[in-house]
Amino acid sequence: MTASPILHVRNLSTRYTVKRGGKMHEVEAVKQVSFTLGRGEVLGIVGESGCGKTSVARSIIRLTRADGGEVLFGDTNLLTARSDDLRKLRLKIRMVFQDPFASLNPRRSIGDSVAETGDIHGLFQNAADRGRQIDKALRDVGLDGSFSTRFPHELSGGQRQRVGIARAILPAPDIVIADEPVSALDVSVQAQVLNLLADLREMMGLSMIFISHDLGVVGHVSDRVAVMYMGRLVEIAATREIIDRPVHPYTRTLMAARPKPDPAFRIKSGIEIGEPPSQFERPAGCPYVNRCSIATARCAAEDPHLRPVASDRLIACHNV
Amino acid sequence: MSGALRSFLAPFLGRPIAFLGLIVLVGLATAAIFAPMLAPYDPSRLEPVARLIPPSAAHWFGTDQFGRDTFSRVIYGSRLALLIGVGVVSFALVTGVPAGVLSALFPRFGRVVMRMIDVLMSFPALLLALGLIVIIGQGVTNAILAIGVVYLTTTSRITYGLTLRLRTETYVEAANSMGAGAVWTIRKHILPNLISPLLVQASFVFAFAQLSAASLDFLGLGAPPEIPSWGNMLAESRIFITRAPWLLFFPGLSIAITAFSLNLVGDVLRDRLDPRFREMLNGNRR
Amino acid sequence: MLHVSDLSVAIGTRSDFTDIVSSVSFEIGRGEILGLVGESGCGKSMTSLALMGLMAEGGPWIRSGRVVLDGFNVIDMPPYRRVESGHGGIAMIFQEPMSSLNPVLKIGEQIEEALAVHEGLAGAGRTRKARELLEMVRIPDAALQLGAYPHQLSGGMRQRVMIAIALACRPKVLIADEPTTALDVTVQAQILSLLRELCDTLGLSILFITHDLGVVAQLVDRVAVMYAGRIVETAPVLQLFEHRGHPYTEALLSCLPDPARPLRRLTTIAGQAARPGAILRGCAFAPRCPKIAEICTIEAVPYAQLSSDHHALCRFPLARPPS
Repeated sequence: MTASPILHVRNLSTRYTVKRGGKMHEVEAVKQVSFTLGRGEVLGIVGESGCGKTSVARSIIRLTRADGGEVLFGDTNLLTARSDDLRKLRLKIRMVFQDPFASLNPRRSIGDSVAETGDIHGLFQNAADRGRQIDKALRDVGLDGSFSTRFPHELSGGQRQRVGIARAILPAPDIVIADEPVSALDVSVQAQVLNLLADLREMMGLSMIFISHDLGVVGHVSDRVAVMYMGRLVEIAATREIIDRPVHPYTRTLMAARPKPDPAFRIKSGIEIGEPPSQFERPAGCPYVNRCSIATARCAAEDPHLRPVASDRLIACHNV
Repeated sequence: MSGALRSFLAPFLGRPIAFLGLIVLVGLATAAIFAPMLAPYDPSRLEPVARLIPPSAAHWFGTDQFGRDTFSRVIYGSRLALLIGVGVVSFALVTGVPAGVLSALFPRFGRVVMRMIDVLMSFPALLLALGLIVIIGQGVTNAILAIGVVYLTTTSRITYGLTLRLRTETYVEAANSMGAGAVWTIRKHILPNLISPLLVQASFVFAFAQLSAASLDFLGLGAPPEIPSWGNMLAESRIFITRAPWLLFFPGLSIAITAFSLNLVGDVLRDRLDPRFREMLNGNRR
Repeated sequence: MLHVSDLSVAIGTRSDFTDIVSSVSFEIGRGEILGLVGESGCGKSMTSLALMGLMAEGGPWIRSGRVVLDGFNVIDMPPYRRVESGHGGIAMIFQEPMSSLNPVLKIGEQIEEALAVHEGLAGAGRTRKARELLEMVRIPDAALQLGAYPHQLSGGMRQRVMIAIALACRPKVLIADEPTTALDVTVQAQILSLLRELCDTLGLSILFITHDLGVVAQLVDRVAVMYAGRIVETAPVLQLFEHRGHPYTEALLSCLPDPARPLRRLTTIAGQAARPGAILRGCAFAPRCPKIAEICTIEAVPYAQLSSDHHALCRFPLARPPS
């Protein structure tokens, strides 16, 4: 750990009840997830669909109710904070959403959407102050002040995503959780937004949790990477370590499966690496047991805990 | 302001019949407001000498069995039509919208309220109105209340469905993540998105309120006979259908044209709406 | 196998039109995979619909061009007419397998439907062929899965079923429009591997449409890059990555985040992607091109032949042809 931690997540668990085929099933979207976020650090959370990465984000900011664990921000446990404390915390921990088209109310002007937090919490002294802060937020994300009176349908996807970021940073937060912020954007626009996030991080001293399924993007922006599979955190280490020397069998599969833009690496025929089991049929032990090449009997029975295997790497596996 | 007016009128320009409907409604409103100036005679004035005269130069729509000028009565009847329409729509909105919105946002409360609405909806519209009139008595205000209750059911249903969908929109979640409470969410995100669909709904309710009110009046359970109302005029003139058909023709035509025009305008408004909300509105009570 | 020459798709009327796909030409040989790459709005999906003859009435229409499949010009023929005349040789798979499959029919029935139309099979023989197709796309327990409904399968499985249905027509060319974009990385790798295998064993020609340059590098043999409705560069995949000809290709490749080389800033392309038909004179990429010269905005752009099978639509291509 290089920087002092700003957020401690301990044993976070979230369950959903889903009705399927006439019966109620409990799905463990997040199980015993623990990690820390250092001050000024970017932590990437990567995983495929159903791994729980979005649920982790939603549980932290209490859009979804967690069922166990704690999330410590300073002295406060976010999960049990009282509503007045929680309201203040909502200015410090902000979220950027994936879909730039859906995350803005189509009937509200850009300026109103950006200023919404300020209006809710009474942060503006008067109309002039409000206008100034809106302009500053828009300029910080590379948009002209004239955008303030426009409406979402007039903007491109990349511009809307910038507006979403402007909205998030307006109250000068400590932490920004970005849930797949560039997944819906074209490659050239993606690059602009990634550069923007890097600039803002440096300018504002932000700490970030960057969630994505795209290994290339996560690898580019993050200081450390956490890999999730079926609700569990299976490996967490510095980005370089994860990319160059993945240890957990799932991380290795993930790295190998990533299509690298280098024609020297051609896809071979006959790759069979299986698919994640259905959410409703989780194996009793390690979630990866059905697809793992080094699985043993112990793996089928016992769910491995996250443990340190090197100075700054944690892995949940019995066999490495 | 002119920009808003222009954008309001825009969808009517390509459809002459709907535009005609809009003109009719404007005419209705004008007749209602300026009735005393437009009506050539006092609608209650009895002139036994001029009984049952067919349409003529002095009496454009003829006279009835008491010598009252039909044209003037039709004009004054538009006042009641307008009053009923506005009254019913207002009642349905004021009661139905909060019921629907709160039911969607607070599921436990919503379950109870929606079941009650279901019970009300199981009655055919007119029967429900009749039943209520029997309980609360007749008269114009009571007619408005009774018909209003009938149409608050559809209004709350539509509001409920729309709010449920709006609640799961990403921008609403984003607002919640920034600290928005229920009041803010309702004020800034839910209600503004309800305005368009409710406007369409209002036009249809206005139309059906006319028909329901006319039916009540016809049965003698609505407006008292001294108030000129198209329904009352129909009721009183039933026995003269062969001798003085104009007494039925003009009020009946007025009812039909008003309802028809409202429907046309409602169709146009609905067509220019966000397509997402259109399916919700098509499940309307007819 | 497939020759596309000068294909143009337009919107508007015959007298007042705008091209949304403009003079697109390419070829796909037997057993070859051609990647059609571009960002959203560049016209790649419209091109694939035009090739299939799936242009609906009242929408964009094919203004000009030839689409020659194995010797026959099938341009502007809707699929049923192609099948009737015996030249139905192109099959297509789409991005969202859930919307391409009928949710109330079993998988087996949907495959058999294709077999009934194209092969005229019936009865037990048809069911057997359906099972063989599922095995060919490597679905485990094929016999069992014939009776499954689409919602019971995962995204990757559904895409394999789509491929099986496409193969039922015994196509010469398979058009795959972003078939793995909605899938997880590990599932994507398996689908790409499957396509490679089918290409090698069946001699299938594939037009693979995508925006993902990583997938392009791994799977396709040749690449055509599209921008604003035009093909701006065509080359074998190795050549494209090593010797980029067109400035847009260069820009696109340098935008990609590479975890192996975490630069602090990614190169970006100034401005926004041009809509097809927005630029009327000169090069469509000119407003954003770092190498722009005045002539680029005035005169039509010529093709520069950079090598025997590598050409770029640029007056000043980056890779100079060896002289």
